[in-house]
Amino acid sequence: MADDKVVVGKTVLVGSGFSYWRRKISSGFFTALFSSSILVVLLPLILIVGYLFYKGAASVNINFLLHRPAPVGEPGGGMANAIIGSAYVVGIAALIGIPIGLFGGIFLGEFPHAKFSNVVRFVADVLNGTPSIVMGVFAYTVVVLPMKSFSVLAGGFALGIMMIPTVLRTTDEILQTVPNSIREASLALGVPYWRTVLSVILRSAKSGIITGILLAGARVLGETAPLLFTSFNNAFFSYSLTQPISTLPVQIFNYAISPYRDWHRQAWAGALILVLAILIVNLGMRTFSRQKYEHSA
Amino acid sequence: MTTTPENTTGIVTEDLKAYFGKVQVLKGISISIPKSKVTAFIGPSGCGKTTFLRTLNRMHELARDARITGRVLVDGTDIYASGVDPVLVRKKIGMVFQKPNPFPTMSIYDNVVAGLKLTGRHKRKELDEVVEKTLVQAALWDEVKDSLKKSGASLSGGQQQRLCIARTLAVDPEVILMDEPASALDPLSTAKIEELIFQLKDRYTIVIVTHNMQQAARVSDNTAFFYIGELIEFSGTRDMFTRPKKKQTEDYITGRFG
Repeated sequence: MADDKVVVGKTVLVGSGFSYWRRKISSGFFTALFSSSILVVLLPLILIVGYLFYKGAASVNINFLLHRPAPVGEPGGGMANAIIGSAYVVGIAALIGIPIGLFGGIFLGEFPHAKFSNVVRFVADVLNGTPSIVMGVFAYTVVVLPMKSFSVLAGGFALGIMMIPTVLRTTDEILQTVPNSIREASLALGVPYWRTVLSVILRSAKSGIITGILLAGARVLGETAPLLFTSFNNAFFSYSLTQPISTLPVQIFNYAISPYRDWHRQAWAGALILVLAILIVNLGMRTFSRQKYEHSA
Repeated sequence: MTTTPENTTGIVTEDLKAYFGKVQVLKGISISIPKSKVTAFIGPSGCGKTTFLRTLNRMHELARDARITGRVLVDGTDIYASGVDPVLVRKKIGMVFQKPNPFPTMSIYDNVVAGLKLTGRHKRKELDEVVEKTLVQAALWDEVKDSLKKSGASLSGGQQQRLCIARTLAVDPEVILMDEPASALDPLSTAKIEELIFQLKDRYTIVIVTHNMQQAARVSDNTAFFYIGELIEFSGTRDMFTRPKKKQTEDYITGRFG
């Protein structure tokens, strides 16, 4: 442009002129736009966690963590049974969801071009987008009705089905990023294929796969809808697989819609515990994924 | 390995044709690769020399839609005969790749013994011996003996390639296939690899694919020239580079094409 004062040979390093200022201004504009977008993303998270602490922190105490709910009208009581119940149901879900997702993901990742691999991927993606309440109804039909009882098993089944697509797709994608040269190096040493997958490929992809599993677990930990039809609720400590059980999300739901002030208070505390648990799982996940990058460096 | 007389045949292929899907990459290769010698494969890019190398230890078939016809005889046994386990073939015929590919999650020590550890149980003492022996053979021992626990990926490119050679030697193969083992390395590391090939050739049959004709001339006893999926000429390396029999060979080694 004519007003560009770029002189080669003589130093003109100080910018000026129309095109210089236009560039400066648009740069500033977009920097501001992107920074404010980040704020918009972060603000709800900060507000939610902040408000949870404000409303719930005061009610989190030893009683809350160690006792089961008190009968209506009696003060005190806690959510110990719901905390244990959530861990129990998610544990059962993990037993169902992790092996199926992992083995399926290994198949997809190792045979990405097999005839029905793309069909499986498509189905997994659809399953991933299926509303969780549908999973609840499904588990209700295939587990609760035949067993004639709400149960831990039914809740774990519903959440387990929900974990499958997440574990499957992350495993699939991570395995495809393992360089083929590693696979070939092992095979060329006369290592059988199954051993190559187990000891070389999965080992290289370990942190990514664990990340996927934690992600899936953290996601279903907060699910409420599918549990309303399946594990239902229980005011007592229960360890039977075939009995209904209390879980944090369902307990929060019940307390939140109740007319009692004390229960509202406890619902806030329960929500805080749940969010903290998910936060911890996510932090653990980040540690694992960070290790992954250190390896590849 | 017992001592072998001069020019004993190690690997024979008969009318070997290789395909990727419908594309034919090798158009019927018949060759006798002598035992305990270094044989170099040269030829322009895309001539099929790497594909041919990979048919010799049944690595070719791992690629998608890849297949072959014809026979590959190693010590008289057809490695493509039905009932032959490709896993055992690959154990007997080791391979070193173009790009150094140590296992990134394993230590130097574990990289060397990976082939042993992943195929059976071994005593710790036995593994220790293998690690020292093969790293000495691969001229890497002095550089890494104090850091065997460190990641294999922490080594320089040239060291990584020597680590890969040690790893190949550790499973005690009879044949070593090398696919341009020095093309990703600097001249100093290249010289080390070539020196290594020279040291190893008494005990192993070595086949090396190379783009570098000086390298072929330096390290090999015999040279095979490939062009568009065909074996054009196979003779003693000195003859090949001083008195090529075919016009195409002469054109290639004098740099007129390729």
